[in-house]
Formats: sequence, structure tokens, C-alpha cells
Amino acid sequence: MRASALTVRYGDVIALDKLDLTLETGQALGIVGPNGSGKSTLLKTVAGLVAPASGVLEVFGTSPRALEPGTIAYVPQVEAVDWSFPASVYDVVAMARFPRMGPFARFSKRDRAAVKAALEALRMWDLRDRHISQLSGGQQQRAFVARAVAQEPRLLLLDEPTTGVDAATEEALRELVRGLVAQGLPVLMTTHDLERAADWFDRLMVVDHKVLADGDPETVLDSGAYAGIREHTHTHGHLR
Amino acid sequence: MSDLILAPFQFEYMQRAFLAALIVGTLCSTIGVYVVLRKLAFIGDGIAHASFAGVVVAYIRGLDYYVGAAIVAIVTALGIGFVNRRGNVSLDTAIGVLFTGAFALGVFLMSRLQNYAVDLQSFLFGNILAVSRGDLILIVVLSALVVASMVLLYRPLLYTSFDPVVAEASGINAGFVSYALLVLLALTIIVSLETVGIVLVAALLVTPAASAYQLTRRFTRMLALSAVIGATCAVLGLYASYYLQAASGATIVLLATAFFFVSMFVGRLRRTTSRATGAPSAPSLL
Repeated sequence: MRASALTVRYGDVIALDKLDLTLETGQALGIVGPNGSGKSTLLKTVAGLVAPASGVLEVFGTSPRALEPGTIAYVPQVEAVDWSFPASVYDVVAMARFPRMGPFARFSKRDRAAVKAALEALRMWDLRDRHISQLSGGQQQRAFVARAVAQEPRLLLLDEPTTGVDAATEEALRELVRGLVAQGLPVLMTTHDLERAADWFDRLMVVDHKVLADGDPETVLDSGAYAGIREHTHTHGHLR
Repeated sequence: MSDLILAPFQFEYMQRAFLAALIVGTLCSTIGVYVVLRKLAFIGDGIAHASFAGVVVAYIRGLDYYVGAAIVAIVTALGIGFVNRRGNVSLDTAIGVLFTGAFALGVFLMSRLQNYAVDLQSFLFGNILAVSRGDLILIVVLSALVVASMVLLYRPLLYTSFDPVVAEASGINAGFVSYALLVLLALTIIVSLETVGIVLVAALLVTPAASAYQLTRRFTRMLALSAVIGATCAVLGLYASYYLQAASGATIVLLATAFFFVSMFVGRLRRTTSRATGAPSAPSLL
């Protein structure tokens, strides 16, 4: 995955300003930055949900919208779904298999196996028959990560998956992501948790509309690039 | 008893009416599941009302009503889809303005006609007894087209109905699916015009699916239940209207409405008892 001089605008507001980024296979890249820094926009742009105003964005050598269905799995920060939708946890995770299925394809053994593996990896197998409205916040988050895993994507995008989940779920997520990365999956993930960045990521990037720092997590954190923004936002908040 | 059941069938127009009711009841309530889950009820109502302008224009020009209604219905469906995805105006407002405007145009043109046309009124409230052989063929062909499209789009429709953002990120063309659904909705409405009429078609799109929604928490079951409820209400409603000598469209809709309230009651009852006994939910049907 490669972006160069990537610029995204919402009307007059510049969300991403000439951002450069590369992501290799088998690499977990963490994105940190203050609220409203364009982190989520970056993931949405890579997912093909937001069109860049200018610059180059290539995922596996082409634009996100031109990729084979099922290539990118995206877990948004807030799932804006209707929780009363008639679907069980299993039904929701099974949807991950839809993009690659033709209109007449049956839900195959392989599809079932992928769904089961994903549910087990997130310790959701026992809850598979629950209606989605009967899940706790952490379980909902795990269900949506399970759906992304069941898709067997070639690129995984996670938008703050650890926000609002308990420590045990967070650790399970981390182990899962590290396992996927070890298998060669590239992962792009936003987070607020700086303390554990080195455990999660191979590389860390500080973003505030532009790239402020990019490198291995320890070096980036030591460089004080993030502390600089924190001070800035803190002061800004204080003044208001 | 069998005489009572078979009595209406001695007339050929009643046979056609029953077949039309069965097809329209099933079709509307099947696509209605997506109308309810994607909250398109107002759009369905709007498309139906707007199509009235097409009917009147076709009448004035001496064209087939269906062609006029279909053109206007599809154009408005696509227009509303466009406003929904791109517009700065809220969807409710856009529909409220455009569709009432189109309906008013229909009424305006009709009121200026010298020889006031009675059969235009049948498009407002339906006139199922007037379904001709040709109408029936059109109903069958269009319904088959809509059903085949829904089968082909089953998985993209389901995924984008639940989570359009993630579905789109995973490579499903959510925009295309949503436009396709609107066109299918427009065709369904056209098919239903003669059976239940412009004013009441929205009820067939929403009420059976809303009833099914009360009774199950599984998508496939909701789809099947809604189709059965819609078909049953349409056929029983037609029977009732025959014996009560009442307007068929209105009778069908009233029956569906009554069924909705029963479903709501049963659904509530079941939810409270299942919570009390802690009964596990049913296994998945996927």
C-alpha cells in the first residue's frame, strides 16, 4: 500500500494534507494523533469510502475501489448499525463472506470454517446464536472484528478497536492482530494508547493532518512528536 | 362451505383478481422487508404518489397508463436516490417537496380535463376487478423480473441493508445496490397500482414486513413470514371485499393493519415469556 501527497477535503476543511505513507505486507502500522487529526479519514480513504482530492493512493497497485471485492476489511470506530436488525452474531460475521461470493454460490464448507475460526479467535463462538442487540459493547466490538477476520482480507483497517473494551478483550485483540501480521497481513490501525504502542505495532506514525513522525514506535515516542501535539491540544482546550 | 370459498371463482374477472392479489401481495411484502429495514417507507409512498402524474400525462397523450406511471416512478426513484446520496437537503424534505409536487401536477392536469375520467380514480384506490388479461400478463412479467433481481442481489442487499459502510469498504457497490433497490421498488409500485392503488400501496410495502419484524429476529424468516402474511392478507382481503361488497384495496390494507396489531401483541408476549424462561434463541438459518 502506498500513498503520496494524499490530500482529502471535506468542503473547505482539509482533513489530510499531502500525506505520504507506505505499508508493507506483514507489518502493523499504528496511527496516533489528536481527535480531528484526520486518522479516521485516512482509514476511510484507504478503504475507498472517501475520495481523495489529490495525490496518489495505491492499494496492491490500484485504487481501492478497483480492487477485487473482499480485499480490504474495515472496522469503523463507531458502528452506526441498527441493533434491532434481524441478525444473530453468526449472521453478521457470515456477511463477511458475501463480497467474494457470486449470486448463485452456496455458503460453502470453507465459508463456514472461516466464520467459525473468526468467532473462535475472538471468543464469540458460544455467543453465535445471540441476537446482536443482546451483546455488551465489548462483545459488539469483538463481533465486528470477527467479521473483518472472517473476510480473510489482504489488508486490515482497524479504527480504534480498543476504545471502550476491557483489558482482557484488548489483549485478545492484540494477540489476534499480531498473529495475523505474523501470517503476512498488513494492518493499519488508529489508537490512543501510546503506552502499549510498542507491543502492538512494528511502526508508529504521528498524524495531525500531515505526517509528523514515522518510524519504529520507541523512536517515535522518544522523539516527542506526539508530546508536542498533546501540549498543543491541551493548551487549546484550556484556553477554551 | 366449499361453495362459499369457490363462489367468487365462477367469474373470470374474479379469478384474475385473485391471481393479481396473490402476486401483488407476495411481491410487495417481500420487497417490503427491505423497505422496513432500510426505512424507505416514506420513499415508497412518495414514488407511488409521484407516479400519478405519469398516469394522467399518459391518459392525456393516449398512451398506456403503465408506461407513463413507470417512467415517472423510475425517474423519481433514481432522483430520490441521488438526493439521498449527494444532496444537502434532508431526504424527508426532498421527498415531501418533490413527490407532493408531482402528485399535485397529476391532480391539476386531471382537473383541467373536460370529460372527467372515472378510470383515473381507479389508480388512486385500485380497481382489482378491472384487471384484464393483458394487465395480468404485465403483472406476472414485471413481478418475475423484480423477484429474479432480488434473488441475484440477495447477499449485497442484505449486507448493505445492515451495514452499508463496511459492505462498501469490503468491495460491494453499495450505491449500485441502493439504486437497483429503488428501481425495483418503483416497478413493484407500478405492478400494484391497479390492485391497491396509489394511496394504499405503501401499506402493502410496509405493513406485512413490519408484522413479520415483530415475530422473528432472523432475516430469512422475516422474508418468508412477510411474504406469507402479504399473500394471505391480499387473498383473504379480496374474499372479504367480495362478500362485504367493499373496496378491495381498502379491505386488503385493513386486514393487513389488523394483522400488524396482532403480531405486535404476539411479539411482545413472546419476548416477555422468553426473557422470563431464558429460552435460547433459535439457530441461524444462514
